[in-house]
Amino acid sequence: MSDSARLAAIGGLLLGIVFLAVWQWVPGLLGVPPFIIPPASEVWNEFLYMIANERVFFHVGATSLSVIAGFVLGALLGMVVGYALGMSPSAEMVLSPYILALQIAPKVAFAPLFVMWFGFTVYPKILVAVLIVFFPVMVNVLGAVRTIDRDQINLARAFSANRLEVFWKIEIPASMPALFSGLRIAATLAVIGVVVGELVGGNVGLGYLLVYGQGQANTAMVFVVILLLTLIGLVAYLAVAVTEGRVLHYLPKRDFGAR
Amino acid sequence: MTQQAGANVAAIRLEFRNVTRRFQGRGKAEAVTAIESVSLQVRDGEVVSLIGPSGCGKSTLLNLTAGLDRPSVGEVLVDGQPVTGPNAHVAFMLQKDLLLPWRTIRENVEFGLEIRKVPAAERKSTALAMLKACHLEGFPDHYPHQLSGGMRQRAALARTMATDPTVVLMDEPFSALDAQTKMILQKDLAQTLSSMRKTCLFITHDLAEAVALSDRVLVMSHRPGRIIEEIVIEIPGRDNPLIRRESPMMNGYLHRLGELLDLAHAKV
Ligand SMILES: Nc1ncnc2c1ncn2[C@@H]1O[C@H](COP(=O)(O)OP(=O)(O)OP(=O)(O)O)[C@@H](O)[C@H]1O
Ligand SMILES: [Mg+2]
Repeated sequence: MSDSARLAAIGGLLLGIVFLAVWQWVPGLLGVPPFIIPPASEVWNEFLYMIANERVFFHVGATSLSVIAGFVLGALLGMVVGYALGMSPSAEMVLSPYILALQIAPKVAFAPLFVMWFGFTVYPKILVAVLIVFFPVMVNVLGAVRTIDRDQINLARAFSANRLEVFWKIEIPASMPALFSGLRIAATLAVIGVVVGELVGGNVGLGYLLVYGQGQANTAMVFVVILLLTLIGLVAYLAVAVTEGRVLHYLPKRDFGAR
Repeated sequence: MTQQAGANVAAIRLEFRNVTRRFQGRGKAEAVTAIESVSLQVRDGEVVSLIGPSGCGKSTLLNLTAGLDRPSVGEVLVDGQPVTGPNAHVAFMLQKDLLLPWRTIRENVEFGLEIRKVPAAERKSTALAMLKACHLEGFPDHYPHQLSGGMRQRAALARTMATDPTVVLMDEPFSALDAQTKMILQKDLAQTLSSMRKTCLFITHDLAEAVALSDRVLVMSHRPGRIIEEIVIEIPGRDNPLIRRESPMMNGYLHRLGELLDLAHAKV
């Protein structure tokens, strides 16, 4: 187990080194100019330059905070609506066509609208993130609540559990695995929502730097921002995955990230 | 509650008085009469098995007793009180163990007590005692997925007994187990039931199991389920089904039940 883990770690490291080397030298050898694919070292230098001159950590911070806010609010909203609809099938029946329509609508398309409503503030980007995070969470929770084993609920009822106890002791814990798979998806979507919100306007956040770099024809800057966004998404995803591991510790062990 | 057990006529713990349960058809499906005019009595400390063809309303009977369902006609009484909803006198155990995967075995056994607001320390000691009685001493902190099917069913039994119900309902509790595990669990159940002096209604498709475990066997007809026969099992030693199985009387009972069930099927 630890042997194969070590092997995997070494393999991963080697692959990373090979990737960086290819990035550094192969495009040049193939005659791809640096303004199309800047070599790894140039991107690194650009990153150092941006730290000094572009307040890059300020933008990273702004984007990260918006991601967290959008994720938390969207997830809470998704849970509340998911559990509420899961417990009242009639409400779900009435609302389902509208929910479906909203779910199909491309959420990022709302970004310009939100900017028109709220101006160049933090609200539009957080709202886009909320909207985009909401659905996977809601849909997963709803699905889980609806498919809970009736006999499990009857067992609780036979012990004289009331509606609230059934909710806390059966429905909530039984829906946790599904909730977390929703949250995993949501964590990465939240980053997309925020970036789109920032792309549309304002002068704050990595999305703004993306547009700014493009305007300057600074390919390296765009690369830096893409990498930073990926990093934020990765951290968000891992945070959810680690929390999930803690909360769902009772499940039989599976390969990391396999669910 | 079990104090009057010493009286010469044992108290009636569970009674069905002329109970009918009809299910309204959904959409185009027509209404189904699951059970019709069922009357039965189970006395204190008795183990009564219920056998009958699939779909004859056995589980319906169990749900009515547990208070999860209400009769369309008639009355169900536990300890002389009409059943109007789930109540503390009844606990059930199904083919599925229904252990909650997020709770340890001990926490699962405590589940009913927790809902009854029993203090934590008392819950814990009861649960541990029950696990001991069900031969699961070593596993209070395991999670259900770490246990074998037979052990999980033992844990389910411990959970069922932990709330100290007057009447225990069992719906094919061992039907998913292999033959050997099944025999062991039957023996343990028989011992638990007689040492705790529990009243039990036991549903099964396994005729030998019914005969080996029970004081009486009730045979139900095909839907709409009615009770068409009552057979008193006169083999001694109800607390040891392994020995009971070896009895020369066993075959006679099995033969009789087999005949009755064929009849029940043929009636349509
Ligand atoms: N909630 C329900 N709604 C409609 N019909 C039901 C419902 N519950 C049971 N029935 C019907 O009542 C009849 C009896 O069902 P029940 O589950 O009691 O049978 P059973 O004797 O336990 O069968 P099995 O031996 O297969 O477990 C069946 O025809 C079933 O379709
Ligand atoms: Mg059944």
